[in-house]
Amino acid sequence: MRKAAVAVAAVLVLTGCAAPAPEHDDTLHGTIAVFAAASLTDTFQTIAAAFSAQHPGVTVTINAGGSSGLAAQIVAGAPADVFAAASVATMKVVTDAALTATEPTVFATNTLEIAVPVDNPGHVSGLADFADPALAIALCAPEVPCGAAARSVLDTAGIVASVDTLEPDVRAVLTKVELGEVDAGLVYRTDVLAAGNRVRGIEFAEAATVVTAYPIARLSASTNPDAAAAFVAFVHSAAARAILEEAGFGAP
Amino acid sequence: MARRKSFLAPGLWIPAGLALGLLALPLVALVVRAPWAELPVLLADRTVTSALGLSVLTAVLSTAVSLVLGIPLALVLARSAKWPAVPRRLLRALVTVPLVLPPVVGGVALLLLLGRRGLLGQFLPFQLPFTTAAVVIAQTFVAMPFLVLAVEGAIRATDRRVEIAAATLGASRWTVFRRITLPLVAPGVASGALLCFSRALGEFGATITFAGSFPGTTQTLPIATYLQLQTNPDAAIALSLVLLAVSVGVLVSLRDRWVPGLTS
Amino acid sequence: MSLTAAVRVPERSVDLDLTVSRGRTLALLGPNGAGKSTVLGAIAGVVASVGQITLGGRPIENAEVEDRRVGYVFQDYLLFPHLSVLENVAFGPRSQGRGRAASRSVAGEWLDRLGIGALAARRPAELSGGQAQRVALARALAAEPELLLLDEPLSALDVEVRAEVREELARHVKEWGGLTILVTHSLDDVAALADDVIVLEKGRATQRATVRELVAAPATPYVSRLVATWSED
Repeated sequence: MRKAAVAVAAVLVLTGCAAPAPEHDDTLHGTIAVFAAASLTDTFQTIAAAFSAQHPGVTVTINAGGSSGLAAQIVAGAPADVFAAASVATMKVVTDAALTATEPTVFATNTLEIAVPVDNPGHVSGLADFADPALAIALCAPEVPCGAAARSVLDTAGIVASVDTLEPDVRAVLTKVELGEVDAGLVYRTDVLAAGNRVRGIEFAEAATVVTAYPIARLSASTNPDAAAAFVAFVHSAAARAILEEAGFGAP
Repeated sequence: MARRKSFLAPGLWIPAGLALGLLALPLVALVVRAPWAELPVLLADRTVTSALGLSVLTAVLSTAVSLVLGIPLALVLARSAKWPAVPRRLLRALVTVPLVLPPVVGGVALLLLLGRRGLLGQFLPFQLPFTTAAVVIAQTFVAMPFLVLAVEGAIRATDRRVEIAAATLGASRWTVFRRITLPLVAPGVASGALLCFSRALGEFGATITFAGSFPGTTQTLPIATYLQLQTNPDAAIALSLVLLAVSVGVLVSLRDRWVPGLTS
Repeated sequence: MSLTAAVRVPERSVDLDLTVSRGRTLALLGPNGAGKSTVLGAIAGVVASVGQITLGGRPIENAEVEDRRVGYVFQDYLLFPHLSVLENVAFGPRSQGRGRAASRSVAGEWLDRLGIGALAARRPAELSGGQAQRVALARALAAEPELLLLDEPLSALDVEVRAEVREELARHVKEWGGLTILVTHSLDDVAALADDVIVLEKGRATQRATVRELVAAPATPYVSRLVATWSED
């Protein structure tokens, strides 16, 4: 919460420099519901706070969860105004159902990073160590985006990983790394940053081969299209860019 | 048993019907929306068959472990009625905790105890997490309380003076337990074991957290279902149907065979 | 063979010394709550008691229930509901280490001796009160006890059948011929079954006598009332 406040202050300073004064757009008001991928939770809270500072009439509620689950909820008719997904494939579920009002645009990217326990008991130094059968290795399951990315990175590097568990989400991989139950796991760079000093991140060259794109779109079911469009535009602004970069997301 | 006239107040049929609807209609939706045409192909998938086999195996094993350890615990729990309030309530609370604890938290607790850096796990010569044994432990942790409470209820409902009668005939305590107590609480044991099996079969949170998920070793049917839901909802529905069919089949068939008294 | 018992159960204010000798039946007669069943429980080992209990020269006060060789016919019989009549009676011999077939044949003999061989295959729930009582007696005797305890053996029966069952019971107990203690609050039971009587009131003996002496010279108002109503019948 305090972190968010500081970030909002920083954004205000930033925008204050960019424009003569933060314009209070009185035409925008009401509430918008933003469905955001779990990995965006903290970042989007901060972005929403910054957005509301510019548009005091608008209340933004963030519904964070697994991208696939959110997509399923939207298809099933959940009252959402904006959808920010953790992969192009999940966004496609919603565009295929013709539920987006605008063409999805990529606003951030993410890459994988190796997470190891703080004391790195397996002496892991790079992706090649994932082939060591003596080490306990956790990946995301191939059915979820982080698992698909992990598989693709390993395939590109030509490494056959000796995997002990295929977890249902990034959070579960991180838990097992934090508790020292596995020697290494593959998670997103942003997850390593968010975990602070509870895990250690190891960057590896092959990570650049698989870049996960985060698309965002306004939804046709939105009851507040103006505010929703303003939010999507804000996510692409320099102010939001700074927040995303601080969290470890790359530029589109 | 002779038929007795029903004294159910007519007004109670309405909430009873709503309750049944709430329980049954989601399952009806699942059955109606199931991709019946593709079902044979979906179910022949190796992920499905191996997850189903693993689920049945581990649920049977955890039920067996629960029987061996849970019946004695139920006896102690029944006997604790004569204890002072504090240890008695503490014991009951400990037995009930896994019922109210979110299973994922139970899984983390198991890791903290039996994981490779766990309180006990650090002394183990082998690694427990990510093995089939870990699945059985996680399922037992979550499912055993159902058995313990069912058996304890059955023990309390029996007239325990027959155990004294047996002792006056020269029966040792073990003989009394084996030939008198156990047969008398058999209906409770059977229904407890069924509840325990069903709960173990559907276990997800503690298993994924403590045992992880790897096809053939630790990826049980509920975990496979959850993962399929991410990419292939039809396959997930098919898997749910299998889970549903197995549970309903077990509950309906075994009840009649093992405990005729419970169905009449 | 005899029984000498000092029964002291302070928490129920029971304090009683008693002796039973071979072939004799002692009746404990007293009102409800006098502590009669407590005395039986203490001798059988199911109620905690201080004081020496010697059965056939053997101190048994510290022995486990199953090692005392004290047969117990409970007021409500406590037959094993999940076992047949034959299996109920075979339970004692079987528990004492005899084989399955041998135990069943012993049980069959006892059922025949008590005239209920035809009931062997029935479940306890299918028996009348009188039948259940005889099965309970057969079950206790088949375990070869050195002492038989009968706790209000007729009180659970309908009045119409009581006299007949009482007569039968008296005959079987006589035939068996071992040490017996009967607990009752009925002079009919005492007259039919017992040789000696201890009147127990509020946990203490208020009169010790033979049946004849008791009827002739009641020592307390309780016994006087019993004798008075009994003589009217």
